[in-house]
Amino acid sequence: MEREVQRVRQAFRSGRSRPLQFRLRQLAALRRMVEEHEKDLLVAIGADLCKSEFNVYSQEVITILGEIDFMLANLPEWITPKPAKRSLLTMLDEVCVQPEPLGVILIIGAWNYPFVLAMQPLVGAIAAGNAAVIKPSELSENTAKILAKLLPQYLDQDLYAVINGGAEETTELLKHRFDHILYTGNAAVGKIVMAAAAKHLTPVTLELGGKSPCYVDKDCDLDVVCRRITWGKLMNCGQTCIAPDYILCEASLQNQIMQKIKETVKEFYGENIKESPDYERIINLRHFKRIQSLIEGQKIAFGGETDEATRYIAPTILTDVDPKSKVMQEEIFGPILPIVPVKNADEAISFINEREKPLALYIFSHNNKLIKRMIDETSSGGVTVNDVIMHFTLNALPFGGVGSSGMGAYHGKYSFDTFSHHRSCLLKSLKREGANKLRYPPNSQSKVKLAKFLLLKQFNKGKLGLLLLTFLCAVAAVFFKVGYH
Amino acid sequence: MSNKGATKSAGSEPTLGTDPFKDTVQRLRETFNSGRTRPAAFRVAQLEGLGRFLREKQQLLQEALVQDLRKSPFESDISEIILCQNEVDLALKNLQAWMKDTPASTNLLTKLDSAFTRKEPFGLVLIIGPWNYPVNLTLVPLVGAIAAGNCVILKPSEISKGTEKVLAEVLPQYLDQSSFAVALGGPEETQKLLEHKFDYILFTGSPRVGKIIYQSAAKHLTPITLELGGKNPCYVDDNCDPQTVANRLAWFRYFNTGQTCVAPDYVLCSPEMQERLVPALQNTITRFYGEDPQNSPNLGRIISQKHFKRLHELLSCGRVAFGGQSDENSLYIAPTVLVDVQEKEKVMQEEIFGPILPLMTVRSLDEAIDFINRREKPLALYAFSNNSQVVNQVLDRTSSGNFGGNDGFLYMTLPSLPFGGVGKSGMGRYHGKFSFDTFSNHRACLLSPSGLEKLNEIRYPPYSSRAQKLLRWAMSSHSCTLL
Repeated sequence: MEREVQRVRQAFRSGRSRPLQFRLRQLAALRRMVEEHEKDLLVAIGADLCKSEFNVYSQEVITILGEIDFMLANLPEWITPKPAKRSLLTMLDEVCVQPEPLGVILIIGAWNYPFVLAMQPLVGAIAAGNAAVIKPSELSENTAKILAKLLPQYLDQDLYAVINGGAEETTELLKHRFDHILYTGNAAVGKIVMAAAAKHLTPVTLELGGKSPCYVDKDCDLDVVCRRITWGKLMNCGQTCIAPDYILCEASLQNQIMQKIKETVKEFYGENIKESPDYERIINLRHFKRIQSLIEGQKIAFGGETDEATRYIAPTILTDVDPKSKVMQEEIFGPILPIVPVKNADEAISFINEREKPLALYIFSHNNKLIKRMIDETSSGGVTVNDVIMHFTLNALPFGGVGSSGMGAYHGKYSFDTFSHHRSCLLKSLKREGANKLRYPPNSQSKVKLAKFLLLKQFNKGKLGLLLLTFLCAVAAVFFKVGYH
Repeated sequence: MSNKGATKSAGSEPTLGTDPFKDTVQRLRETFNSGRTRPAAFRVAQLEGLGRFLREKQQLLQEALVQDLRKSPFESDISEIILCQNEVDLALKNLQAWMKDTPASTNLLTKLDSAFTRKEPFGLVLIIGPWNYPVNLTLVPLVGAIAAGNCVILKPSEISKGTEKVLAEVLPQYLDQSSFAVALGGPEETQKLLEHKFDYILFTGSPRVGKIIYQSAAKHLTPITLELGGKNPCYVDDNCDPQTVANRLAWFRYFNTGQTCVAPDYVLCSPEMQERLVPALQNTITRFYGEDPQNSPNLGRIISQKHFKRLHELLSCGRVAFGGQSDENSLYIAPTVLVDVQEKEKVMQEEIFGPILPLMTVRSLDEAIDFINRREKPLALYAFSNNSQVVNQVLDRTSSGNFGGNDGFLYMTLPSLPFGGVGKSGMGRYHGKFSFDTFSNHRACLLSPSGLEKLNEIRYPPYSSRAQKLLRWAMSSHSCTLL
């Protein structure tokens, strides 16, 4: 492993990954890889999560294609230095912020969307001119294998390396020094990653999770609301970091919501859910058992069937859930939807604020004032109102958490920025040294007043600033000539 | 630790076993949870209070800076007080604009929605300041934290005692004390403070302590900005006027007696340039500080005995071209230039942070760039040349927090430029709007209309083959992602 990491670092040092054309070529190659091996990818990823090929395509593949296209279209503009406002003193200087690659990025993927969560960061890392080491989750074995097989066939083999393995290998990997680490997973491991990064002063982006609340107001069109919630909740069998984790609503709504979700489930997956090609399975036995234990002792309004042999858990709704019960203590990450009755929106807001800041917050309501209040009085990584999941899909929006749901963000330009160092530059000429006499000792109080003026006024309109500067230079020249002799 | 206890000397003894900060942290958290610090009017009032503090207590601050670092009024003004005032004014002028939601462009399928990024306060922010610019490096971050709507605990350096006292005893009188507090103490107390959970930490100091802060933050998953340091290289090309370069180099090197994280730390130049640079530097230093720098009102002093001793040892590295005098009683070290310095010597191994400038000779630009790239990424990097291509080569082939071409850290005066390090010199950035952004959570918001459900039908299972085809088509159009 040491050798591989060193090889990647050496490759970065060669400077190959920096030129725009190189980055565009690598991204184009990645796109070709996805297109040419679409079938293989769909099969591999589908096998890990018992997911239909169509679902893999629509949930994972399309996202990456969109991200690559977005980068290809915008990268030429992003890498150019951006000028910044100057003061009178720096009016004639070149002042800008220049984005540069950081070096070697470590990407630690997750198993629930094993392709997207390894590839989307990689696309960003490449776009920003870095080298990368990708560590896919070992739980989604088939995806890990196919990434290790395909990436070297399409990408520069020394700059981008896939290193597979479990907890032991990841721990070993984290002992090495990287220039940025992007980790997707849970908070407990997030702390470990951050502690490891601290030893090298490596910055991190942590995409964690939590319980994403879903508030349903009265006077909503519950048909629509429940369909959207069902779609978001049962996507990937609930194994989505931004799935609506639990519902908060007034007690009178519980039954209706439960009914409509039940109807929707039937509509989506048919009478025999197990037979539906669109319904996934739990990733492994450990998680299966974990989720199973969350249902124990709960009031099951609908669902509850499980089958260990196939790791099948039916869409399940729990009503009148006690906030202190196990299912309300950890991120569910499964097809269980607790409904927690609250008296009103105020209580819902308090409920949300008593807990850790979630990765996503969902609000269903027609009442714009209420929506505004709910957003204003809570905090979360992201919010979607009157729908679920969707804020993830816009790469014009940063995707990230806050508090224990994470730090940092990526997607689209946010990826480029996350994996770049934005270097401030001020370029002067060696001429006009006379003007500098103002700042050199021995100092005087009158110099301070002049310095203040020159330093503080910021100019947008270059011409005005230049005019003023020329005038002042003339004045200053006379002043200092007189003063010095 | 509330400001009431601030009258004790820095490092007031905590009562055995109790946590001196628990009440303050709790109080500030309650304030934040009450929503008090969020309205624009509150933030404006706080910033105006800070502005008044800087104006009314300017003299007090200048005196404190004299006490701590023998900083001349000129230096105090331009590198501390004026810059802070500027940041306050900038924040007041732009707060409304900064607080506005940033709209995001939407893709085909979400064009009917409203998508924007909302900037929100994190909550309770901890700012740990250093001793070298004890006003600037505590108050400029404070401006950003307050502007972003947070509650703040400020932990000024216990080493710059004069400034610490003013910040602890006077500043709180100008601010709302339910949302702002000063915590005092040394490393031990800081450790205790760090056991509490903060929602953001900004630390300015050495990489060594930066690691400790980072480790503490990791325990609570607290995001951080670390403003650290390193050895800032300065390449001087043969093609330049040595006197001009010497003026600029010396000014930035000896400002604040060299105790500046972005000061040029060492010079790389050809042996021929060195021959010309040394006398030019001597000329400049004499012009700046007179024949007897120890009596110049424009030269400051070393902060403490500990640092004086550290720097004194460095004086025996290489050979003293000129300077080298010191006086332990007044913590005075003369502006010094060293030559014939070896890479392995102490002066080239640690950040100097004093009025000593080593010159190292290299045979070419390539050798200089290799030398720089073999080492940790510095906070600042400088290149001097009449040939802009040379300057650009140094810029393009290296990495650093910031870069100055043909001058020193003048960029520090521009709040339009982000200030921060990279690699071991730090992470994150601030100044101006970047401060506001740093101390804000950027929350992605999407408001979907609850009608138009027909459009969504396409994304729901079961997926017939016709639906699949349609969906594939819709989703593969320009910049679409998940339906």
